[in-house]
Amino acid sequence: MALDDSKREFRFVGTRPDRPDGLDKVTGRARFGADMNAAGMLHGAILRSPHAHARIVRIDTSKAEALADVKAVVTRADFAEVPFKPGLAGEVWNVLENVMAGDKALYDGHAVAAVAATSALAARDALKLIEVEYEELPYVTDVNAAMRQDAPVIREGAADFSVPDDMHPNVVRRHESGHGDVEAGFAEADLVIEDSFETEATHQGYIEPHACLGQLGKDGKGELWCCTQGHWIVQKTCAALLGIETANLRVTASEIGGGFGGKTTVFIEPVALALSRKANRPVKIVMSRAEVFRATGPTASASMDIKVGMKKDGTITAAQGEFRLQGGAFPGAPGDMTAMCAFAPYDLKNVHQVGYDVMTNRPKQAAYRAPGSPMAAFAVESVVDELCRKLDLDPIEVRLKNAAREGTKASYGPRFERIGLVETLEAAKAHPHYAAPLKPGQGRGISCGFWFNHGGETSVSLALSEDGSVQLMVGTPDIGGSRASMALMAAEVLGIPYENIRVTIADTASLGYNDVSHGSRVTYASGLATIKAAKDAVRKLSQRAAAKWGIPEDAVKWEDGCAVPSGPNAGDFDPLPLAEITAEMGQTGGPISGHFEATPEGAGVSFATHIVDAEVDRETGATKVVRYTVIQDAGKAIHPTYVEGQFQGGAAQGIGWALNEEYIYGEDGRLQNAGFLDYRIPVASDLPMIDTVIVEVPNPGHPFGVRGVGETSICPPLAAIANAVSAAAGVRMRHLPMSPPRTLAALKARDA
Amino acid sequence: MEYHSPASFDEASALAAQAQGVTRFLAGGTDVLVQLRSDLVTPDTLIDVKRIAGARDITRNADGSWTLGVAVSGAEMREHAELGRDWPGLVEAMDLIGSTQVQGRATLAGNLCNASPAADSVPAMVAAGVRVTITGPDGTRQAAAEEIPTAPGKTSLGKGELVSALHVPARGDRGGDAYLRFIPRTEMDIAVVGAAVNLRLDGETVTEAWVSLGAVAPTVLLVEDAAAAIIGTTLDDAALAALDSAARAACSPIDDKRGTVDFRTEVAGVLARRAARFAYARAKGDAK
Repeated sequence: MALDDSKREFRFVGTRPDRPDGLDKVTGRARFGADMNAAGMLHGAILRSPHAHARIVRIDTSKAEALADVKAVVTRADFAEVPFKPGLAGEVWNVLENVMAGDKALYDGHAVAAVAATSALAARDALKLIEVEYEELPYVTDVNAAMRQDAPVIREGAADFSVPDDMHPNVVRRHESGHGDVEAGFAEADLVIEDSFETEATHQGYIEPHACLGQLGKDGKGELWCCTQGHWIVQKTCAALLGIETANLRVTASEIGGGFGGKTTVFIEPVALALSRKANRPVKIVMSRAEVFRATGPTASASMDIKVGMKKDGTITAAQGEFRLQGGAFPGAPGDMTAMCAFAPYDLKNVHQVGYDVMTNRPKQAAYRAPGSPMAAFAVESVVDELCRKLDLDPIEVRLKNAAREGTKASYGPRFERIGLVETLEAAKAHPHYAAPLKPGQGRGISCGFWFNHGGETSVSLALSEDGSVQLMVGTPDIGGSRASMALMAAEVLGIPYENIRVTIADTASLGYNDVSHGSRVTYASGLATIKAAKDAVRKLSQRAAAKWGIPEDAVKWEDGCAVPSGPNAGDFDPLPLAEITAEMGQTGGPISGHFEATPEGAGVSFATHIVDAEVDRETGATKVVRYTVIQDAGKAIHPTYVEGQFQGGAAQGIGWALNEEYIYGEDGRLQNAGFLDYRIPVASDLPMIDTVIVEVPNPGHPFGVRGVGETSICPPLAAIANAVSAAAGVRMRHLPMSPPRTLAALKARDA
Repeated sequence: MEYHSPASFDEASALAAQAQGVTRFLAGGTDVLVQLRSDLVTPDTLIDVKRIAGARDITRNADGSWTLGVAVSGAEMREHAELGRDWPGLVEAMDLIGSTQVQGRATLAGNLCNASPAADSVPAMVAAGVRVTITGPDGTRQAAAEEIPTAPGKTSLGKGELVSALHVPARGDRGGDAYLRFIPRTEMDIAVVGAAVNLRLDGETVTEAWVSLGAVAPTVLLVEDAAAAIIGTTLDDAALAALDSAARAACSPIDDKRGTVDFRTEVAGVLARRAARFAYARAKGDAK
C-alpha cells in the first residue's frame, strides 16, 4: 500500500535527542512493576507444582487459611468458567489453565494455588501449609519424543483441524506452504545437502521480573498496575478470567524492565485480582527469578530437517524444510512462523515447508523477538553456508544471486513490495569487516534474517495546551525508546521542538484499544497514528487561522510550526505560530486535539545481514565472539541511536542463545537451571563492540518510510555465529547452544 | 531465628555448641544469605563472626607467613599489595568469585566452609598449603584446608567448632602459584573445572609442587600424582603431558547442567597444564 503523502526530507526525524524517560530511569524515579504500593496492601505468593505432569487429586488449604496473617487463598475454583476449544481458538482457556492449574499440573512450576497475606514472608510461609495430593503421571519434555506414538498425552482434543488424524495428540497445529516442484528442483542441482538441526528453549531474560498490584471489589470494578507490553490485552484477558466486564477493569502499564515478547500475556495479574476480590484488599505479587524461569516465557525449542539444492554457480534450485517446535503444555509454538520465515530471504522457484506445533510438559512458550524465525535461519543458513563451502562460493555472492527482491514471490506466498535485503548484502560486502583478515583459530560467518513485522490495532490522541506544548498519548508501552520516536514524529508534523512534546503511555481508561507492543509494530503503527493524529491537529489549527484571517481553510498551509497563507492569492498575513493559536483556542472554538485510530496494514517486512568473527579454544571448546557487525534495513530510522540499540540488543541476545543459554531439563522432568547463574545470559565482558549499519529503504506503507526494527535483529545471529564457530572449529555445529561441552564433544568427534 | 554477634571465637563456639536445630556461621554471608533468601535453609541460630577482634586483619608474620582473619573480604585481599606479590594465585582465585559487590563481603573461610567442590579459592588454598585454626568446645586445633570439606555442603567441623584463622605459608624464593578456572562466560560464573598449581624452582627445575583440582570430584582434590609428574622437570612437553594425564586420572566428576564427565575430565588436564605454566613463569619471575 503506497501512501500519497510520503515525506522524505526531515527536520527532527533522524536526529538523536535524549530520551524523555532517561533521567527518570538513571535517577530511580521511574516506577516499574514492583514500585506501586497501596494502603492496606497484601502480598500474594503462588504455590507451584514440583512435578512435570501430575493429576491434582486434592488441595487442602485449611491450614494456610487458619493463619492470622493470611487473608485469602485461591485455587482454580476462584476463577471464571471458560470454555475449552482446540488450538489457539481456545487461547483464553489456555491462558486460564496456565495461570492456575485445573485438573492436572502440566509442568514443573505450574501454579496450583495462591495466598494473600500481610507480608511477603508470611505469604511464602503460608504456601508451605497448603497440602496438595498429586498423582504423578508420565511426562515428556523433548519435541521429537512428544511426537512419537508412545508419548504421554498431555491433553486430548487440543489439536485443531490442520493436524492429520494419524498424528499424536501432542501435535496440535500443522502448517504447510510453498510453491513449485521441489523434487524437480533437487534433480537440477549439482549439490544437494540434507541436514538436521536443533535449538534449545531460551528465556527472554528481561531483568525485571513480572510484578503487579491488583484491586478488585465485590462490585466487579477493579484497577491493575502491572509491568506489561500491552495493557489492553491484560485488561481483556483478566476480565475474561475473572468473569467481569472489560471496561470495569482499568489497567495501567508501569515502566518496563524488558519484555522481548515475554510480557505479552498474563501470569500473576489475574491471580492478584482473584486474591484481592476474595480478601477485599489490594494485592501485590512480585515473581522471584526462579518463578520467572519456571513459569513464564520461554521461547519454543526446535528440531528441524533442511534440504537445499544448489548449482555450481550458486543458484538455489530447490529448498525444503520440516520444523518441529515444542511450546510447552499448550498450543502456540510458532511452527507456522518458523516455516514461513525459513526461506524468505531467497527468490526460489521450488520451495516447500512444513511446521508443527507440539506440546510437552514444559511451561507455555511465549513470544520472543521474531518468534520462530531465528531458529529457522539457523537451520537454513547453516545449510546454505555448507553449500557455499563445498562449492567454493562466496557466501554473500550466493545470497545476492538468490536474494528476494521487489516482486519476488515469497516462500510463504505473497509478492514482496519494495524490500531492502539486497541493500543489506551490498553493504555487508562493502563493509571493512568482511575483508578484514582473520587470526588463526578464528572463523567468519554470515547470515541473513527475515521478519514480517506487524501493524495491529492502534489509537493515539494528541492534546494541545494553551502555551503551545503538546501531550501525546499512545497505548503501546515503551520497550525501546518509542517515546522519543513518537515525539520526533509529532515534532516533524507540528513543526515545534521535540522538547515541547510530552509522550505518555495512557492507561486503558484514557485511550481506545491498542494491541501489545510486539511484532516490531510500535514505531510503525503508533508512529503512523501519531503522524495522523498530529495532522488532524494541524488541520484544526489551520481552520482556526483561516477563521481568524477570514480566508477559506484550503487557503492555509502549515509550515515550520506556523499557519501561513498557501500562496500569494490567499492573502497577506504574517505566519501564525502554533502557540498563538492555542493561546486563544478557548475563545476560538474550544480545545484542540488530534486523534487517529486504525489497524494499519503496511508494516513492511524487514531483512538483515550479520557478519560475525568467532574464536574457538580447541582444547576447551570455549567460544568468543571477537567481532560483530549488524546491517539491517530500518526503512527510515526515526531516532538512529535507538535503532542501533535494537540492532545491538538483538545481536547480544542472539549471542547468548547461540553460545550458552538453554533450558535444561533433568530426567525428573524438572528445570535444572532456574536462575541467572546456570542460565547463562552473556555478561557485558562476554560481548564485543557490536557495530551497526542502518540501511534505509523506505517502507511504502509508512508516511516517513519506517519499518519495524525490534525483531529482525535477532533473526541472523544464531546462524551467523554458528557459521563462524563451524569455520573456526572445522566442524559443522548443528545443535544450539554451542556450549563448551557441546563444542568440545564435536571437536573430539571430528578428530576421532 | 536467633542472631548472635559474639565478641570472641570462644563465645561463638559456646553459642554454637549450645544451639538447637540448624546453625549457620555468618562471615560475608554471600552463601548463607543467598540460601536464606531462596528458602533453601532457614537457620535457627545465626552466629555472625565479622565483629570478633582480628577477624578482618591481614598479618604478615616474622617468618614471612601470613595470618588471615576469617572475615577478610576478597576486596581486602586484592588491595593488599604484599599478599598479592607473595600469593598471586590465591588472591586471584578469591578475586574471581562473584561481582564487585560480592567481593566486598565474601571470605576465604566462608568459601572453604561452604564446602562446594566448585569453590574457586579452595584449590588455590590447598595448593598453597593453607592451614586453618579451628576453635571448638575443647580448645583450638589446626587442620589443612583440604581436610575441611568432606562432601558437597559437608565439613569435618564438629558441633561447636568454627574456623577462627587462616594461615598461609611463607612464600620463600623462586616460588609461584596460579589458579585457573573454566567458566562458559568471562565472569560472574561458577567453575566447571578449577585447577591450582603451586611450585618452587631450583634453577629451571621444579623441586616442589602441589596441584589441586576443583569441581571434578565431591571435594576439592590435592593430586599428588600430578605434582609428581612435574617435580624434577623443567616443565617440558613430556612433563606437561604427564601432568595432564595425572590430572585427568584423578577426576571423578558428575554429569550435570554445568558440564559432562568427559568435558570436566578433559578440561581438568588442560587447565592443570596451563596453570602449571603460569605458576612456573611466576616462579621464574617472568610473570606477575
